[in-house]
Amino acid sequence: MPKDSGIGASTKRREDVRFLTGNGKYTDDINIYGQTYVHFVRADVAHATINSIDTSTAESMPGVLKVFTGADFEAVGGLPCGWQVTDRHGEPMQEPKHPIIAHGKIRHVGEIVAAVVAESLTQARDAGEAIEMDLSELPAVIDMKNAVAGGTKVHDELSGNLCYDWGFVEENKGAVDEAIKNAAHVTTLELVNNRLVANPMEPRVAVGEYDQSDDMHTLHTTSQNPHVIRLLMGAFVLGIPEHKLRVVAPDVGGGFGTKIFHYAEEAFCTFAAKAVKRPVKWTSTRSEAFMSDAHGRDHVTKIELALDADNNFTAVRTETYANMGAYLSTFAPSVPTWLHGTLMAGNYKTPAIYVNVKAVFTNTVPVDAYRGAGRPEATFQLERVIDQAARELGVDPIALRRQNFVTEFPYATPVAVEYDTGDYEATMAKLEEIADVGGFAARRAESEKNGKLRGLGVNCYIEACGIAPSNLVGQLGARAGLYDAATVRVNATGSISVMVGAHSHGQGHETSFPQVISEMIGIPEDQIDIVHGDTSKIPFGMGTYGSRSLAVCGSAMVRAAEKVINKAKKIAAHLLEASDADIELKDGTFSVAGTDKSVAWGEVTLAAYVPHNYPLEDIEPGLEETAFYDPANFTYPAGAYACEVELDPETGKVTIESFSAADDFGNVINPMIVSGQVHGGIAQGVGQALLENCSYDEDGQLISASYMDYAMPRADDLPFYSVDHSCQTPCTHNPLGVKGCGEAGAIGSPPSVVNAVLDAINSGGKKVAHIDMPLTPHRVWSAMNNA
Amino acid sequence: MTKVTMKINGKEVSGEVEGRTLLATFLREDLHMTGTHIGCDTSQCGACVVHVNGKAVKSCTMFAAEAEGADVATIEGQANADGSLNVIQQAFQDHHGLQCGFCTPGMVMSAAALLKENPKPTESEVRAYLEGNICRCTGYHNIVKAIMAASGQDVSAIAAE
Repeated sequence: MPKDSGIGASTKRREDVRFLTGNGKYTDDINIYGQTYVHFVRADVAHATINSIDTSTAESMPGVLKVFTGADFEAVGGLPCGWQVTDRHGEPMQEPKHPIIAHGKIRHVGEIVAAVVAESLTQARDAGEAIEMDLSELPAVIDMKNAVAGGTKVHDELSGNLCYDWGFVEENKGAVDEAIKNAAHVTTLELVNNRLVANPMEPRVAVGEYDQSDDMHTLHTTSQNPHVIRLLMGAFVLGIPEHKLRVVAPDVGGGFGTKIFHYAEEAFCTFAAKAVKRPVKWTSTRSEAFMSDAHGRDHVTKIELALDADNNFTAVRTETYANMGAYLSTFAPSVPTWLHGTLMAGNYKTPAIYVNVKAVFTNTVPVDAYRGAGRPEATFQLERVIDQAARELGVDPIALRRQNFVTEFPYATPVAVEYDTGDYEATMAKLEEIADVGGFAARRAESEKNGKLRGLGVNCYIEACGIAPSNLVGQLGARAGLYDAATVRVNATGSISVMVGAHSHGQGHETSFPQVISEMIGIPEDQIDIVHGDTSKIPFGMGTYGSRSLAVCGSAMVRAAEKVINKAKKIAAHLLEASDADIELKDGTFSVAGTDKSVAWGEVTLAAYVPHNYPLEDIEPGLEETAFYDPANFTYPAGAYACEVELDPETGKVTIESFSAADDFGNVINPMIVSGQVHGGIAQGVGQALLENCSYDEDGQLISASYMDYAMPRADDLPFYSVDHSCQTPCTHNPLGVKGCGEAGAIGSPPSVVNAVLDAINSGGKKVAHIDMPLTPHRVWSAMNNA
Repeated sequence: MTKVTMKINGKEVSGEVEGRTLLATFLREDLHMTGTHIGCDTSQCGACVVHVNGKAVKSCTMFAAEAEGADVATIEGQANADGSLNVIQQAFQDHHGLQCGFCTPGMVMSAAALLKENPKPTESEVRAYLEGNICRCTGYHNIVKAIMAASGQDVSAIAAE
């Protein structure tokens, strides 16, 4: 019988009511008295020297308050990078300055060159068109291998376009080379992980405000982590002390990673609000979003998988070029390294692994974390090369995976992480059941009768979530701690406000977090509210990304609630004239063990705030506790996915016939929300595999900068999914036993789609080893007809 | 500036607009009805869908001045008279048909137009009708399920939560 409240219940989301009635409060819905509007003039060339900018006409146009150029920001810091990677030779990565407004040089299409602040948006736009620029265009650096070969540099002050050359684990290299030399079989694939744009449906927005009376800056922004923005912008860019800077992220319309980072427009609006003594608002258009939101993925990889004569994996060696774009976005250097190399063991007990990553500057928009961030790239390479090995060896791809599964936990991989728990056989068996793998041959025969090809693709995945132990990531180059925080504030009448560092922008924290507190205390969920997204209200928390909210912030919330309960038990013991140790809390009632003496939750909380009969000599009045939680390890969600496709050999058109996902997320708080997270991730992964591609021409023009050109997955591109999360091996090191579910769908789905299409093609007699994503009809048809 | 008058959710409103002011902008900026969202600038995403004289329209594709005299319905007018969620809104909540909520007003307005035209749509009819509404969070599974449930169809056989 499913529960109807607390942990494990599919409680309907309370936030839905405001969103369904048009009462959500997103950043663009905020308008402040006296507000002005900024229009950014953006570069329409990829690489140029700025000789001069003439703003005089614009400045005299109606409604214009001020026109800003790079010169106005000379005294201000650049946008900081939050992670320093050390290269194979022990040297720090190259780290160029990242200006708020381009000064002297333009380095990518979309870079801000000037900004007009005016009374109305239309006046700002009109004046923006009157700004004249004298530019000397330079050759653009777009292709990564050309970029490292020499020639034009993106940053003149750097030694070249290589940001770092990273080897992991460097000490493994010799053993890996040896294992590959001695292997019975080596499968090699060269592949591209296509550049994507996250595309949350809400474009970014920033509203800067400055109150002269108390020297207070306020920024409303579309962020997944308001404290991170406050820290980066206050300390590193604008030099505003933290107590004079408030950052608010209200309802945020999706993030998927791209709203983690600190962006120039946020710093601009905060800076300009003080300069023009009026609030300044910026609302991104979708076209601007395509050329200013950090992009994702963009890896070019060669992977080799070595096997012995019994088909056991003996080594993996990879060489990857990872595009950084023109500047280092906030967490960009960590994505192809620590979020990618550490996952190259996958679900398998490969004894020797070596990963080489060359991060490269190009004249493109900066690239950073997008849903999965490094882990989809690792999963894609590994699960593609395993499938190809199975084809070359003539063995069943599921059997080959099974044979090589890690089966004993904890398991220390050769790439520096330790999986605490898992059961890959269980998720694979569940997948075979829900995907009806046994019935595939009959479905294929039916498709073939209709002149179509049918393919089944399977893959496994593992990810590292719950980022992360601060002392570990500090050693790896993180310039921040990665704990989270929560304050549980019990009100006098017993209701509870929980202030959390995590931010909810679609994940449903306002519903699922109260389920946990309700379970712990035994009061109804509607007596508990979550407060998030405002640095003036919440404790210093690191925000939401990397599927960490419940595993890290949820753990902080549990710890804070435990402190509250311990104190409440002392108060109850006093009221019941019993010993603390004998007090039990169940269903919102404290009782003395083995007696019928009890006192209700609300009576205890009232006593805490009206302490007339209260042990004041032992404990303070009030009932409010804060906890910071720093995880002991990453969490390791894992699972197995299957995609079934039908392919029209005449046109190369692929349709997704079914998609199945068997995930192990450890314990689950709200199964409905978890399924929804997986659905959305699968759609983004299928989008990457079949539709989406962020594309530049050789001159650095972004040729996919609108929804007319960038193919977003639509309802008629996708089927109903079959998802299951009943295989649960709880995380061993956090109090809820949870692992995180936000990214799994996007990590686990692209390889199974590509594996399915290649299975279909090869079943028709064509020998095709690989097709790069997205598998458009043109690419599929061409591969089939050139085979 | 041009004066425009229209009926929005049954109530007559008027305002002064530039010729280039879009209906979506008029709703959001002049009338402070921020339930209608703007997610793109090429009339692709559908977050701004409203009904104009009973038909679903992307309010970023028409000028406010073109709505002179029209009967406009927006997300703010969809709930029942007592403030409770209407059948479509309730189905979206029951079936988890929204996550971040940004595309949701357009989805609900498109769903209402679909069910008016086709009271019992099949799965493929729902998917085809939503071609002009992009959602990045849900993968559409629960949106399609919610709309079919709102039409009175039994969706209990459709997989998952």
